[in-house]
Amino acid sequence: MLTRKIELLVGLFLLSALAAFLVLVFKVANVDVKVSDDTYTLYAKFSNIGGLKVRSPVKVGGVVVGRVSHIELDPKSLMPIVTLTMDERYHQFTDTSSVAILTSGLLGEQFLGLTPGFEDDDTSILANGDRIDDTHSALVLEDLIGQFLYSMSSKDK
Amino acid sequence: MVRGLGRAGLMLWGAIFIAPRPSKGVPLLIKQLYVIGVQSMIIVLVSGLFIGMVLALQGYTILVDFGTEDSLGPMVALSLLRELGPVVTALLFAGRAGSALTAELGLMKSTEQLSSLEMMAVDPLRQIIAPRFWAGVISMPLLAVMFVAVGVYGGYLVGVEWKGIDDGSFWSILQAQVEWRQDIVNCLIKSVAFAVVVTWIALYRGYYAVPNPEGISRATTQTVVQSSLAVLALDFVLTAMMFAS
Amino acid sequence: MTLAQDSLVEIHNLGFSRGQHVIYDDISLSIPRGKVTAIMGPSGIGKTTLLKLIAGQLTPDHGQVLFDGHDIHKINRKQLYQLRKRMSMLFQSGALFTDMNVFDNVAFALREHSGLDEVIIRRIVLMKLEAVGLRGAAQLMPSELSGGMQRRAALARAIALEPDMVMYDEPFAGQDPIAMGVLVKLIRDLSSALNLTSVVVSHDVEEVMSIADYVYVVADRKVIAHGTPAQLKQSDNQQLQQFLLGEPDGPVPFHYPAMDYQKELIG
Repeated sequence: MLTRKIELLVGLFLLSALAAFLVLVFKVANVDVKVSDDTYTLYAKFSNIGGLKVRSPVKVGGVVVGRVSHIELDPKSLMPIVTLTMDERYHQFTDTSSVAILTSGLLGEQFLGLTPGFEDDDTSILANGDRIDDTHSALVLEDLIGQFLYSMSSKDK
Repeated sequence: MVRGLGRAGLMLWGAIFIAPRPSKGVPLLIKQLYVIGVQSMIIVLVSGLFIGMVLALQGYTILVDFGTEDSLGPMVALSLLRELGPVVTALLFAGRAGSALTAELGLMKSTEQLSSLEMMAVDPLRQIIAPRFWAGVISMPLLAVMFVAVGVYGGYLVGVEWKGIDDGSFWSILQAQVEWRQDIVNCLIKSVAFAVVVTWIALYRGYYAVPNPEGISRATTQTVVQSSLAVLALDFVLTAMMFAS
Repeated sequence: MTLAQDSLVEIHNLGFSRGQHVIYDDISLSIPRGKVTAIMGPSGIGKTTLLKLIAGQLTPDHGQVLFDGHDIHKINRKQLYQLRKRMSMLFQSGALFTDMNVFDNVAFALREHSGLDEVIIRRIVLMKLEAVGLRGAAQLMPSELSGGMQRRAALARAIALEPDMVMYDEPFAGQDPIAMGVLVKLIRDLSSALNLTSVVVSHDVEEVMSIADYVYVVADRKVIAHGTPAQLKQSDNQQLQQFLLGEPDGPVPFHYPAMDYQKELIG
């Protein structure tokens, strides 16, 4: 019957839309299905964050272990403070760990590189709300070139 | 102009909010989903595929000069999600379904089918306008999503299969750049907004068409012109709101 | 003008205009219950408009339309829709819904309003189709029917809800002699069989005179004559006689008003 054919085709239409939507969600946006509420928060103070943005990844050896959730300027020291939301599964970094603002490739996105510190009797594991003291600010290309030119000209003399 | 807007508003109000009837409305809605959605699918899918492929081809020739052809994936996907998907789908939809809606309603008016519904004590807004409006609003976002998915696939075909970009890096860079809320949700919001505008204009033009062949053909042209302009203008406003910060 | 006592529809001093163009000045007429009333007049004087005014699809500038005592243009939408279930209209084009077959067209109003079981609806529809001789065409689409058959199918649809009154808008226009004869017979038979009040709007003089019980002739924005067909034929009103006999020139001139012919030619 005609109406049954129409119903079938409309059903097919809706299904293919659903399929297309799923492709977008999982293949294109790669949404993490697991909404992990298990996170803990760390802070880090930099002198210059360069092009770091909210949602930039925090990586250890290339593996994403957290994301930047907030960036603000400390009103006293006038230095940027970055809030890191870390995955609870990776909760064994010592307070001797360091973070650096790195760039993927020459012109790519900037991210936070975390280097795990050594462990001995004096060290403790970083807990929720702790601050990472050992930070390396972003390399700003213009500053580098300026320094390079300056050192060149001072050598010449 | 102002009076026209008022009439269009009252028409929509009467169709959507006054006495909806789920039991009788659903079969009518399914019928219109078929006419408006399913029958627009072919043109949307084919256009999506080709636009994705052309985007990839053009993008590749530019990006390869900078050695950044790996960024082809996000370039294609973001162009499609943020702009081309909703906008081109809306324009195609206005041409395919919008003009058909206007012509159909104009014809119903000129053959006195609308009057005769009224004489049978059936509100034509409820019987004719409401299912068409909802079918349009439901169909277009779905069509836009299909358009983007097929377009990304078209980009993949050109970039990876033809130009030889690495399969893994195509997808991984793409996935790193596309964001769920910023891009996909905004794509859907845009296409819903466009759907409302295009369907509304098409229905209004048809319902108030001058009931003779000349009037219907003029109404159909007006539908396509006005809804295309409205979509492009609205796109600018929405883009400014969504991506301004 | 004296109005008949037992009338279903009464129109008092009705005026209607479209923009600057006055269509009706001051029209009064009454439509007796259970009779065939004809409204005749030359083309382009808004006979269809009059039917739409009676049905409440258009609102007049002044005057009132009473349907069984209710002022059509004073009552609210819901009451109007209730009254519309008691009247129906046969449109000039038939106005069948082009996306349904003949059966569904006839069943449409029943499914909308009667709340009857589908089995009973099927029986009623087949009975109505049998009455107009189209039971065999139930599964055809309107586009597959000839013009005359479309009008008959539309008639079956119009009487599906058993209304008190049916309004026929130019039922004979553009029909071949056989289809015309069929329609004349149907209108007359259905009117007497269902005790319908019929209003026929037409300019086909002969057919109308043969079925109407009472005739109103409308021209120049008002009623120029009324009476039984026999009375009208006796009338010495020149304008009426020109219309009834179809003379090319008379009170209604052959020429559209223009400046003097000789002057315009020679300048």
